[in-house]
Amino acid sequence: MSMLPQADKDSHYAVNVPAPDDFTFWRDAARVLVQCRVPPDQIAWGEPGSTGDLFAAGDQPLPLPPANAPMVRASKPFIQAAEAAICHSDPARFALLYRLLWRLQGNRNLLDDRTDNDVRRLDELARSVRRDKHKMRAFVRFRAMEDADGQERYVAWFEPEHHILRSNAAFFVNRFSNMRWSILTPRGSLHWDGEVLGEGPPAERGDAPDGDPAEDLWRRYYASIFNPARLKIGAMLKEMPRKYWKNMPESALIPELVAGAQAREAAMVEAGALEFEERPATLPAIDRAIHGCRKCPIGELDNQAVMGEGPPNATLMIVGEQPGDQEDRQGRPFVGPAGQVFDAHMQRAGIDRGTVYVTNAVKHFKFVDRGKRRLHQTPTAKEIDICRWWIESERHIVQPRLILAMGASAARGMLGKTVSVSKARGVPHVLEDGAELWITAHPSYLLRLDGPAREEQERMFQADLQAVAERLAEMTG
Amino acid sequence: MKSSIIDRLAILADAAKYDASCASSGTAKRNSKDSGGKGIGSTEGMGICHAYAPDGRCISLLKVLLTNHCIFDCHYCINRASSNVVRARFTPQEVADLTLSFYRRNYIEGLFLSSGIVKSSNHTMEQLVEVARILREEHDFRGYIHLKTIPDADAELVHQAGLYADRVSINVELPTDAGLARLAPDKNTGRIEGAMGEVKEHIAQNRDETKRFRHAPRFAPAGQSTQMIVGADAASDADIVGKANRLYDGFGLRRVYYSAFSPIPDASAVLPLKRPPLMREHRLYQSDWLMRFYDYSAAEVMQATGADGMLPLDIDPKLAWALKFRDRFPVNVNRAGREALLRVPGLGVRAVNQLIAARRQRTLRLEDVGKLTVSIAKVRPFIVTADWRPTLLTDRADLKSLVAPPAEEQLELFAA
Repeated sequence: MSMLPQADKDSHYAVNVPAPDDFTFWRDAARVLVQCRVPPDQIAWGEPGSTGDLFAAGDQPLPLPPANAPMVRASKPFIQAAEAAICHSDPARFALLYRLLWRLQGNRNLLDDRTDNDVRRLDELARSVRRDKHKMRAFVRFRAMEDADGQERYVAWFEPEHHILRSNAAFFVNRFSNMRWSILTPRGSLHWDGEVLGEGPPAERGDAPDGDPAEDLWRRYYASIFNPARLKIGAMLKEMPRKYWKNMPESALIPELVAGAQAREAAMVEAGALEFEERPATLPAIDRAIHGCRKCPIGELDNQAVMGEGPPNATLMIVGEQPGDQEDRQGRPFVGPAGQVFDAHMQRAGIDRGTVYVTNAVKHFKFVDRGKRRLHQTPTAKEIDICRWWIESERHIVQPRLILAMGASAARGMLGKTVSVSKARGVPHVLEDGAELWITAHPSYLLRLDGPAREEQERMFQADLQAVAERLAEMTG
Repeated sequence: MKSSIIDRLAILADAAKYDASCASSGTAKRNSKDSGGKGIGSTEGMGICHAYAPDGRCISLLKVLLTNHCIFDCHYCINRASSNVVRARFTPQEVADLTLSFYRRNYIEGLFLSSGIVKSSNHTMEQLVEVARILREEHDFRGYIHLKTIPDADAELVHQAGLYADRVSINVELPTDAGLARLAPDKNTGRIEGAMGEVKEHIAQNRDETKRFRHAPRFAPAGQSTQMIVGADAASDADIVGKANRLYDGFGLRRVYYSAFSPIPDASAVLPLKRPPLMREHRLYQSDWLMRFYDYSAAEVMQATGADGMLPLDIDPKLAWALKFRDRFPVNVNRAGREALLRVPGLGVRAVNQLIAARRQRTLRLEDVGKLTVSIAKVRPFIVTADWRPTLLTDRADLKSLVAPPAEEQLELFAA
């Protein structure tokens, strides 16, 4: 006959778990409480360091279960999840586990129902603990130092999010069994001497060494194995959140690797382009080559390359932006609506188009397909830069002394940098080989205007052509 | 004069960064405590990614080349004979020392060693095997080792490699024979697949031996894998999926990796100088998952491609397949079998398992399904629950826009 107290209906209990990850203690206490039918809301669970005792007066000893108390039922999935979840830093975990254990007595399959909020929370806790354990296995970085007896010891500083140190110890013992090592954390420390695992008090970051000779090698490896052509920062952050960075020697490199990636990729592409091929020796050879050019995505579109045309020794070269729909269909430059505007102004300026080499900064028509219409698209700076190879090849052969670039894209094709047409027009720019570059608006720009604005721009365009005509006359004497 | 270890590491790791494989999983479990505490290292079945690079890829192994000198001239390869890259080489001892030094500091799970071909295939293969031998025999190293076998190396050397390594691989490189002939003139599909066939034989034979003799040494317990370069030749996604499927079936491969062709320094003139098609690579990996975990046949994945044989870039292949076979939907989450549920866009393997377990407890409503999935909006048109039935939604012409996220500009960080 039992003389020991049993729970009465209104008793409240405060249970203090002696260590935050002490599953055995929690399990034994919870088993007794279930057997005494103490409902979840009559228990306050505490752990070392926890404050605010919910049931200040409830610190009576645990009851003893009746002799005929039924077995407490807990499914295997529950035990597994609970063992993980108890390591979580959420102070509510003990109460959640007890509530689930309580409910399991009535429904032994409760854990199968992931739509239940308690079950989902358990799942979340267990998963975040497993993740934290996994990240500790991944991101601990040992640094070598010397023990008092002159032997090597490897020491790491790590800041786990949850109480995982003890349950993660076996992994490190199994992996690094022939080393001496210590893992220091703010929640405690582990020490392995090759035979025995010891536990120690919480540590501070300064207790661990702050560098290791292998770290330079490791950082160089980290920087070298990264492919700058495939920057995917989001994917990196998802798996290696910033909170872990401060204790990983390689993560200090990340900002400069990211910042340098674009330049490195551009350099790779450019280095490739330089070695890409020899410059074609004749205009027909350029014509053939641009038809096969796939150096940028425009070349992949359903279009044909449009070669410049005119005398191969012309003094004046006029550079447009890129072929349009008409030019692409006919395979000749400046034959569409803008070409007609261009022709009219040329006539007025007294320049014979037949004496001029007319070409484009970009050789292929860039467009988006809108059913029946192909809508013109402006080439990107990079596409223009890639295509400079061809316009330079043409210049190499024609060797014009005077060049008129029409529009910002054409100006970039000649200069390699973006300039403002409104600021750069009307004055000569001397190029490296001594040729004179003049810059004006593109005739298609005139087509998009009407009214006084159009008249104004027509006048300026005509003035630019006039100036070029005069300069040409001077040059050819 | 030989340059320093650190400079050579930079060169030989840089040269290895185009290899997509990073896995350190799926091998036999072992640890250094069991070996009496003399050795170092463990494998747990599940690999550990020790760091992530800003390209989003994980670093779990020291991935280097023994040397980037090469007598072959494959156009897509930075180490090809005609390339002007700086050359370097490690001795086997140096690679073993580096591996151990990194491993002891918990930077890596092990070693992934490949090499350019110097002198001869056999000479190179011997050197690779020597690295593994030093690690395994002299240091009782129990971490992960992946060795890349060299085309045309002796079967006996490949066999030795497999006895030391967890995984061996040989790259098929290009998805089509024509592509290989054009871009890798020194390589040959027949010989590459011949080598895969030999490794497959070794694995099968070893499985037999380990059944009869408990202590028979394991041969490549993590199996063999290969890599295909995507975007360097004209092969379509359908071609690639078909090729991968033949490789899985024919050679029992554990993994087929896809590596989006990267612009490389000093590129050969026959290659496109374009950014790697990363989204295309991603879609191919998704299709690989459909075959490996969702019971799609290769033919079904190919059904998800367009007329040009390419998988859509704006939606994933599972959704593309579902949009083409709308008569298979909606699927009743309270009654449908596992295979049918696995076809629902937005339901992963985990969600399907949880749905099946939960519906034994209760009749599922839309809200319940929402708790188990990332996006109920994507799933909704394809399922029936106790309180939800899509009204002819799967017939709507604009279904794609209802379920597909707005197309993301790939690599927006590079936009000029």
